Amino acid sequence: MRFAIPLGLVLGLALAAPALAATGDQKPLKDVEFSFEGPLGTYNRADLQHGFQVYKEVCSACHSLNRVAFHTLSQPGGPGFSDAEMKAIAAGYKVLAGPNDKGETVDDKGNALTRAGTPADYFPPPFANEEAARAANGGALPPDLSLIEKARAGGAHYVYSIITGFGEKPPAGFTVTPNKYYNPYFLGWNISMPPPLSDGQVSFVDGHPNKIADEAYAVVTFLAWASEPHLEDRHRIGLGVMIFLIVLSGLLYLSYRQVWKDAH
Amino acid sequence: MSSGPSTYVPASGLTRWLDSRLPLMRFAHDTMLTFPTPRNLNFWYAFGAILTFCLGVQIVTGIVLAMHYVPNANMAFDSVENIMRDVNYGWLLRYVHANGASMFFLAVYVHMFRGLYYGSYKAPREVLWILGVIIYLLMVMTAFMGYVLPWGQMSFWAATVITNLFSSLDQIVPHLGSTIATWLWGDFAVGDATLNRFFSLHYLLPFVIAGVVGLHIWALHVPGNNNPLGIDVKGPQDTLPFHPYYTAKDAFYVGLFAILFAYLVFFAPDFVGNPDNYIPANPLVTPADIVPEWYLLPFYAMLRSIPQKLIGVLVLGGAILTLAFIPWLDTSRVRSSRFRPLMKQFFWLFVVDCLVLGYCGSKGVDATVPGIAMIPLVWVARLGTVYYYAFFWLIMPIVGLIETPKPLPDSIAKSVLGAHAAPAE
Repeated sequence: MRFAIPLGLVLGLALAAPALAATGDQKPLKDVEFSFEGPLGTYNRADLQHGFQVYKEVCSACHSLNRVAFHTLSQPGGPGFSDAEMKAIAAGYKVLAGPNDKGETVDDKGNALTRAGTPADYFPPPFANEEAARAANGGALPPDLSLIEKARAGGAHYVYSIITGFGEKPPAGFTVTPNKYYNPYFLGWNISMPPPLSDGQVSFVDGHPNKIADEAYAVVTFLAWASEPHLEDRHRIGLGVMIFLIVLSGLLYLSYRQVWKDAH
Repeated sequence: MSSGPSTYVPASGLTRWLDSRLPLMRFAHDTMLTFPTPRNLNFWYAFGAILTFCLGVQIVTGIVLAMHYVPNANMAFDSVENIMRDVNYGWLLRYVHANGASMFFLAVYVHMFRGLYYGSYKAPREVLWILGVIIYLLMVMTAFMGYVLPWGQMSFWAATVITNLFSSLDQIVPHLGSTIATWLWGDFAVGDATLNRFFSLHYLLPFVIAGVVGLHIWALHVPGNNNPLGIDVKGPQDTLPFHPYYTAKDAFYVGLFAILFAYLVFFAPDFVGNPDNYIPANPLVTPADIVPEWYLLPFYAMLRSIPQKLIGVLVLGGAILTLAFIPWLDTSRVRSSRFRPLMKQFFWLFVVDCLVLGYCGSKGVDATVPGIAMIPLVWVARLGTVYYYAFFWLIMPIVGLIETPKPLPDSIAKSVLGAHAAPAE
C-alpha cells in the first residue's frame, strides 16, 4: 500500500504523455520564462510599455479591458508611464459622456455623446454591448482581458501559447470548422480568434524587436499586470513578512526551549 | 473547572472588589494560566491554538472585507475586484481571507486526525468531540457560503449544485426537496436573494463557531487534555501549568504555521483557487468541471461515486454524521493508537483513503486511474467510500475487541522523565 500510490503516479505520468494525442486535447503549454514569475518576480517596465502598445494597436480592436483605469498606468508597480504620458494616453480615448446641458446622452443622429478620457476613466470597450461584439465576430464573444491570466489555467503561459500557437498543421483526420482557426493550445482546437499577431505588426518607438514572439511576450506581461496590478507590492511585502516571521519564530523557539528546559 | 481549587489571589483593591462581584480575573487566571496540562503534549496538540489563531484571522479580515463588499448579484464580482485593485491593501485582506479558509481546514483536519489517533473522543471526552464535529460542520457551511460570495463561475455553480442536492429528497416525499431548495434560494433559482442570505449567514456563522469553540474549550477543561499516551493524569507530577509552558510552545508552532500561511498568501495566492472563479457568474454557461475547494473533495468524491442521487446525498451527509458516533463505535479500552498495533495500521490506511478520495474528487467524472485506462476513477472512489464507512462502523468496533494492546506506561511523569522522575514539578 505504501508504494502503491507513488508507483501509480509514476506509471500514470509515463503512460499519460502519449495518451494526450486524443483529438481536441490541449497541447502542453509553451514554457516561456517571465520576469514576474517566482516569489520575487517583478514586471519588466519596458515589456509592460511595449505590451500596452500591442494591446492598444492590436487586441483592443476586439477585446475590452474594462477593469483597468488609466490612472493605474502611472501607478507604482505598473508600466511606469509618467503622469503626463498617462494623461495623454487617457485623452486619446473617447469615453461615453454623461448627459449634456439639455439632458441628452445622444446627438441628433442618435450616436452616444463622447468626451476625451481622463485618468479616472477606464479603458473603453470596443463594442457597445455583447450582441454587437458577437455580431462583429462571427457569433463568438472576445473575452474581456482584465483578468484573463487569472481566469485561465496556466495563466501567462496559456495566453502566450494561444497567441503564438497558430500556423501549425492540423493532424491528419482533423478538419478545422469553417470560420474557425486551428490552435492546439485551445481546448477543442477550433478557436474563433484569427491569428492576432504577425512579424513586424507593431513598431516599437525604441526599436525593440517585433517578431510575433516578442510582441506576444510583451502583451502577455502587460496582461499579467492588468490581472494582478499589485503583484510587486505583494512580493516586496511578502519578503519582509517572511523575514519577520522567521526571526519571530526563531525567538519564539528560543523562549520555548528556555521555558521548558527544566520540564524534561 | 476541574483545575482544582483556585489559586488566584487578587493583587489590588480593585481586583479584590471585582473578584467578589464578577470573578472574571479568577476565571482567566484558572483557565489560561494555571490550568494543569499534561506535560507530554506534542506538536500535534498545538493545533487547538493554531485553529483559534485561524478563527481570529478570518473574523478580523472578514469584518474589514465586509466594509467594501457588495452582496448584490450585479455588483458582487465587481466589488471584489474593487477590493483587489483599489482598496488600500484590499488584495492583502482578500488573499489572507481566501487562503485563510484553506489554512483553517488544513489545521482542522490535522486536529481531527490527531484526536482520532490518540483516542481523544473516548470517555470522558465524548461531548468535547461532538462539539468539535459541530464546529467542523459549521465551518463547512461557512466556507461554502463564503465561496459563493465573489459570484464567479465556480461560486455560482457550486451554490447551484450543492443547494440542488436537497431536491433529491423529492424521492422520499414528493416536493419536499424542491420546496426546501426554493426556500433556501429565496427564488426559483440561485440568484440575488440567495447571494444576500448567504452573505448574511456567512457573517453570522463565524460568531456561532466562536460560541461553540467556547463550549469546546469548556468541555476540554472539565476532564482536561488527553495526551499522546492516552492515560489519565494521576497527579500534579504529570502536569504543567498552561502558562508559561504551553503558551510558549503553542506560540512557536503558531509562528511556524504563520510562515506557511504567509508563503501561500504572498507567493502563491491563487494556488488553491480555481481559475474559473475569476470569470463572473453566468447562469447560461456551465463550467466544464464543477469542483469544490480542496477541503471538500473527499466528500464530493463520495457523492459522485454513487449514481443514485438520493443515496449519494445520504452517503455524503452520513459521512460527516458518522463522526459524531465515534465515541461509541470504538470499543477499545485503550485510547492512544500508540499502544494499538492493529488500529494504528487501519488509521494510517484511513488517512491514505481520505487523500485518495480527495484525488478522485478533483478529477473529472470520466477520469481513469492514471496510466490504467481500464479502471475508472469512480470505482476507486467507491472503494474509498466503502473503506471510509467500514473504518468507523466495522473496523473500530471489531478491532477494539480482538486487538491485544501493548502494555500502558504507569504514568505520564515516569514516561517523560524516565527513572529519575521528580516527585513533583
